Amino acid sequence: MEGEATLTVDAPGRTPSQTAMQPEIRLAHVGMEFQSAAGGVVALNDIDANIWQGEFVCLLGPSGCGKSTLLNAIAGFIKPTSGEISVEGAPVLGPGPDRGMVFQEYALFPWMNVEKNIAFGLEIKGASKAQIAAKVEELLGILRLTEFRKRYPKDLSGGMRQRVAIARVLALDPPIMLMDEPFGALDALTRRSLQDEVLRIWEALRKTVVFVTHSIDEAIYLGSRVLVLTYRPGTVKRDIAVGLPRPRDTSDPEFNRLKRELSLLVMEEQQRFSDAEAGGA
Amino acid sequence: MNRLRRFLRGIIVPVLVLALWSWLSNSGLLRPEILPSPLAVIARWILYLAPQESFAEAKHQIGEWLYSSEMLSDAYNSLYRIAIGFGIGGGLALPLGLLMGTDKRIYALFDPIVQFLRPIPPIAYIPLSILWFGLGNPPAFFLISIGAFFPVLLNTIAGVMQVDGIYIRAAQNLGAGRLTMFWRVIIPAATPYILAGARIGLGTSFIVVIVAEMIAVNSGLGYRILEAREYLWSDKVVAGMITIGFLGLALDLMMTRLNNYLLRWHRGLES
Repeated sequence: MEGEATLTVDAPGRTPSQTAMQPEIRLAHVGMEFQSAAGGVVALNDIDANIWQGEFVCLLGPSGCGKSTLLNAIAGFIKPTSGEISVEGAPVLGPGPDRGMVFQEYALFPWMNVEKNIAFGLEIKGASKAQIAAKVEELLGILRLTEFRKRYPKDLSGGMRQRVAIARVLALDPPIMLMDEPFGALDALTRRSLQDEVLRIWEALRKTVVFVTHSIDEAIYLGSRVLVLTYRPGTVKRDIAVGLPRPRDTSDPEFNRLKRELSLLVMEEQQRFSDAEAGGA
Repeated sequence: MNRLRRFLRGIIVPVLVLALWSWLSNSGLLRPEILPSPLAVIARWILYLAPQESFAEAKHQIGEWLYSSEMLSDAYNSLYRIAIGFGIGGGLALPLGLLMGTDKRIYALFDPIVQFLRPIPPIAYIPLSILWFGLGNPPAFFLISIGAFFPVLLNTIAGVMQVDGIYIRAAQNLGAGRLTMFWRVIIPAATPYILAGARIGLGTSFIVVIVAEMIAVNSGLGYRILEAREYLWSDKVVAGMITIGFLGLALDLMMTRLNNYLLRWHRGLES
């Protein structure tokens, strides 16, 4: 792939071995309760986990398990009603560019073309024109968007939109990338190629990635670790390290064994979700 | 072939209407003061358009020569009033709308009076505007600006309020502060609504300028057709109406162009 060579992007200079002392993201007894007309809903309950620098953590669970809620809390869009989230030792007080978010709905600014979307964060940061131009050029190359640079989001396919969204986040070189079911709306082939793209970027830049998905295959294919969440209230049901060598082979027996194991766990929760739906809860 | 057929189909009704009009006016059933013939209207329209000074008399100033055409000077006066009135009305409504849309307290302060004044048609301000400003351009400016004010205001408020939260989140995530959020996210996201409001406001301004000229001023297209009625020049009345129609069409076309340019990113324009 032509992008591979350029993937030496001023790597943040951190290596997994430096993770020693302090977790990149610390979730300490995180709980979240929403008030609704029908009364309080406990979306998250006592989530306790440490995410280390350079990990690729997948949050896996059925709809309504609170995985997106947890991600939004890490991003700082919402505040947990109990417990604490800290990033690099400092409590999360609000959204910030150190935790770049890739949304399922892309959330590109439709009034800006590809280049402008990518440059937005750097312009806010006050980077010089030359710096911005160089960074944009580089990211356009890495994500194979160069020939689409002047297009508006409405004229891009779903896969390309998501590549722009990834580039927009990478422009600020955040230590953490948060991804909220980013490929959920894409067809299977586009999805696979974007998964490989994200892995390529993650391996080259050693970012910490927290990736929300409800696809078991996706979680095993991508994650160095998978957290299975329970249906309401969301808690960590199982914390599994995925040790499969990369690039991973989805037909590998070990891959399939893991898949069976995770399927059982997820389907238990899916059943509780269906029961709750049927019960009108 | 297909285009030709569509064109022929498109002119059937206009030709029939014109034929009926011609027949009625030439039949002697109606006096020409009531219904002028189409040819009389066209002749009058050309006369109305023609400059009244020769190029030499206008001292070879092209602007002055054109202005000596009654129609062009009328159109100029009407457009000038729209520009000033719409500029004042829209210019006040836009910032107020942006503030009301973004700040709940400012909204709570102004919303009651806006809701109270909004249903009063601009035309109903005519007596008051003459009491306050006398005759001439000032009452016309006042009335037109009221006509433009409310559509722009209400659409701007709605536009700001409907901005999709996902853009706000994305911008916050990229480090946008309040000012960046306002200028680079909220305003562009609200632009489709603001432009829709401007378009309605311009339409209202166009109605109001004609009425204002019939009552408070003695120049412009509205004044001219009222004056023509007093002399029973029905051909000139219709010629003036046609001119007003052309001007309205031109304004709307200009607005569409502006819209398409400013919203070239907008999904709604995908063909």
